[in-house]
Amino acid sequence: MTEVVATNQTILVVGGGISGMTAAIEAAECGKQVVLVEKSPTLGGRTALLYRYFPKLCHPACGLEINLRRIKTSRSIRVFTLAEVSAISGKRGDYSATVKIAPRYVNEHCTACGACADAVAAEVPNPFNYGMDKMKAAYLPHAMAYPQRYVLDASIIGTADADKARASCKYGAIDLEMREETIEVKAGAVIWATGWQPYDAAKIQPYGYDRFTNVITSLEFERLADPHGPTGGRILRPSDGKEAKNIAFIQCAGSRDENHLRHCSRICCMASLKHTQYVKEAWGADGRSTVYYIDIRAIDRFEDFYQKVRKDPTVTFLKSKVAKVTQDKSGDVILHGVDTEGYHRYANAHDMAVLAIGMQPSVAGADIPAEVIADSSGFIESSAAESGLFGAGCATNALDVNRAVQSSTAAALRAIQVINKTARAEA
Amino acid sequence: MGDMNQQMLEKYRNNFLHEVEEKVDDGHWVKMCMQCGVCAGSCTFGPDWEHTPQKIFMMIRAGKREEVLSSHSMWLCTSCYNCMVRCPRKLPITHIMHGLASYAHRLNLAPKNQPTRDFSLIFWDNCTRTGRVNELRMTISVYFREGFVSGIKKMWTLRNIGRGLFFAKRLNPMELFVNHGCKDKDGLRRALKKADEIEARRRGYAVQPRGYST
Repeated sequence: MTEVVATNQTILVVGGGISGMTAAIEAAECGKQVVLVEKSPTLGGRTALLYRYFPKLCHPACGLEINLRRIKTSRSIRVFTLAEVSAISGKRGDYSATVKIAPRYVNEHCTACGACADAVAAEVPNPFNYGMDKMKAAYLPHAMAYPQRYVLDASIIGTADADKARASCKYGAIDLEMREETIEVKAGAVIWATGWQPYDAAKIQPYGYDRFTNVITSLEFERLADPHGPTGGRILRPSDGKEAKNIAFIQCAGSRDENHLRHCSRICCMASLKHTQYVKEAWGADGRSTVYYIDIRAIDRFEDFYQKVRKDPTVTFLKSKVAKVTQDKSGDVILHGVDTEGYHRYANAHDMAVLAIGMQPSVAGADIPAEVIADSSGFIESSAAESGLFGAGCATNALDVNRAVQSSTAAALRAIQVINKTARAEA
Repeated sequence: MGDMNQQMLEKYRNNFLHEVEEKVDDGHWVKMCMQCGVCAGSCTFGPDWEHTPQKIFMMIRAGKREEVLSSHSMWLCTSCYNCMVRCPRKLPITHIMHGLASYAHRLNLAPKNQPTRDFSLIFWDNCTRTGRVNELRMTISVYFREGFVSGIKKMWTLRNIGRGLFFAKRLNPMELFVNHGCKDKDGLRRALKKADEIEARRRGYAVQPRGYST
């Protein structure tokens, strides 16, 4: 049985992405006890799956490493991975959360040597590359994974593969008897940082994400450019592995659309501008990026980056929301539409089209097991009156990493105030 | 200074946009267009017409009254609703186009001899006279609207279809002489007249008859 010491002076942080990690660290470094609950087998969330940050094009690994180090050295943070909060009861200063922990089948003896992955034959789609490749059913989620501990996919439990994995482990780290457990965690305040998920691109019917292999999302493109991605960092299109040098970026794929997501997802313009630089990095002067946009929303200081990309001769901007995408026999995608600057009708062929997909909250406001005030897109707008539950990061709005971290620090401060008041009342 | 302000205001005051908002069905939506171009790109008739919805909306905002109201574009709309279901701002584009067509017709600025316009008027005439469409008479009116010779030519081209319709009992030659209709024809006409009056009062139009023959 997993033991957890938590009192009504503990802060429960739900979600272990960059926002949840930040909130947990800030609270812990202020001397508070924190329980950090993450659904997937590793911390890091979507940030860990990015190749570069905008606008400086630096690697997310750097910031993540610092934060993971702060978590490792803190005595006040208790991390649960593969854990989900299914219910929250109680009130400000006195919450009780039900946490379901899924079995990892690997215990703390794991040294991440990888012998089990070598022993196992079965392969499963790799969610950390958005299913673009497969991984062994005994896996380390990614190089930056924390905890650095392998996971056995539930699909091989009870098969010969599971026994092979156990036999291969020199450290006795594989425990096939693990079962799902449910624990109760007490907390004085809750920080809800469940982050975001990409909008389902297949729902944007005219873009044919479900029909055309060479139409991919911006997140998949991020993995294509990443050396740890399915192509080892080479920008190859999915249908035939051809080097994709002429790439179309379609903005507002799902966002700013009453039929899909009402809100502007805020980061997609900057993400696509960043992607044009990946193309340039990969192919130099041979690279061709075309950005199809309604208007470029490079928020505040990012305007500089936009101006820089504007001057880049490998990048073309076409002011038009693409009406329809088709794919021809050679695998090229053809974008149809009418541009707004002159009303010219176009049908442009590209090697590949990248949909700058919109953000939606991973857990919509109505599905959060506590009372919150959510906006029409399901983001947490504010806490209910007299509540000790605070939204942080992308659970509250479509934010980039920088703003998500700011939002999380703010949430941590609010939670700390609740804990301090609780402590004073009891003293 | 105040005077100059007023002059500049006058210059930028877009009377045509206000006119469309007041007088055209669903005209108040025009200002919501964000010029993304999805309607123009999705239009099945796209390459064949001069002014796409996107362009029409921009022209309205630019105050190009004559060009908009005399445009053929609204009359070419096939009502496939592709633009309307895809519009990210949910503008009722098809309805606005129809509203503009109807308004242009009312002001007598719509293009002359426009086939869709003629057909609509013939259809309206035909069906409001008795409350039922007399398909034979309507077809003949449509065929012969450009003169006797062209009418005969059109009938000749489509003779096989006509024969097929006749044998399938979908075309009754007697309709040429006997008009069938609904029960209370006077009541129908009164209802239509009343509806016209209500619409005119609401939008500030002068009441006027609508048919092709008028």
